[in-house]
Amino acid sequence: MVMSGLTARQVLAWLQAVKDPEIPVISIQDLGVLQAVEITNEQIVVKIIPTYSGCPAMYVIQDEIRQTLAEHGQHEVDIQLLNTPAWNTDMITARGRAAMKLYGIAPPISASDQVIQCPQCGSEKTTCISQFGSTACKALYRCESCLEPFDYFKCHA
Amino acid sequence: MNQDLYQFALRLADTSLTMGQRLAEWCGHGPYLEEDVALTNVSLDLIGHAQMFYQLACDNSETSTSPDDLAFLRDVPEYRNPLITELPRGDFAYTTLKQYFIDVYHLHLYQQLSVSSDEQLAALAQKALMEVKYHLSRSEAWCQRLSLSTEEAHEKMQKALDDLWFYTPELFETDESMQRLMTASVIPDMGAIQTVWQQQTEQLLEDCQLAKPENGWMATGGLVGEHTEHLGYMLADMQFLQRAYPGCEW
Repeated sequence: MVMSGLTARQVLAWLQAVKDPEIPVISIQDLGVLQAVEITNEQIVVKIIPTYSGCPAMYVIQDEIRQTLAEHGQHEVDIQLLNTPAWNTDMITARGRAAMKLYGIAPPISASDQVIQCPQCGSEKTTCISQFGSTACKALYRCESCLEPFDYFKCHA
Repeated sequence: MNQDLYQFALRLADTSLTMGQRLAEWCGHGPYLEEDVALTNVSLDLIGHAQMFYQLACDNSETSTSPDDLAFLRDVPEYRNPLITELPRGDFAYTTLKQYFIDVYHLHLYQQLSVSSDEQLAALAQKALMEVKYHLSRSEAWCQRLSLSTEEAHEKMQKALDDLWFYTPELFETDESMQRLMTASVIPDMGAIQTVWQQQTEQLLEDCQLAKPENGWMATGGLVGEHTEHLGYMLADMQFLQRAYPGCEW
């Protein structure tokens, strides 16, 4: 049984605490992984989608959702890992992009913004070192102005 | 129809799993660190695709099974991948060209599958397609970079082409089960996929100044479970843990 009066909005607020294990400053909600929360009489249904299909972080994310809800006394939780909609970087919120940049990862560019800026110094003179970085969702870049290497969160659409 | 879709899902999954496993063998052996990371990232994507398609197979299976069971508890004659994906990884030129051939194949196949009359298959193909596009931009760039650089690199690419070319027609083979799916618009006409695949790859070979081998012997067998000796060794390595400790998890 789920406690009476519990709203999806409350659960979503609790789940802001669940961050991407690889980028611990961005919540799974701001990343677009958390798609929906539904409350039935018996349980809380949490619907998530993977970023990349082989992303190993999905297991950790599911554990953390359970743990976070357990801390709020909620133990009847059904986590559904969906294949649709297909995740894309347009699902990352403005708050998520800002957090990513502060953390030193260049956020994915949008259609109107063709240049990848260095998250350190803001320079637009950057070059791709490798099409893959520390995880499948990132590429490795270097800033030609401050010479620092940085991760770029790849545009995926 | 379910049995046909089960068999086709295995074809897709086995192809991605064997590709992913061979790429994973590069871990720690890439030509330099960034490339080592790229090879295993592509491997991870492919194993992710395999997992999705094994799930599709499970959902269409007459008996109760799981993606892990399908990957780890089937033996060589039950695998349905084309022979090209099980060949030993070879050198970096060989891995690169094989990757390019499979990326172009996946690009056109998944593009068509993403409008399949089977909604679940369409959704999975669409998801995989987004990742394959990125794989292709990398493997294509590497083919050009290697072929048009030193004499030695060009020679290795030509040798890889001479070895691999005769394994490519098998990618487009069909059996009765696939033909039923084609009639029902679940899967596209593989002949049409072959035509666009050939146009695209032959253009790249020309750009790379690589000579396409004369037509000759063509590999076949994956669809009926007749494999090269290499697959047995791969499965022995990959399946060891589940065979030695059945049901083991961590």
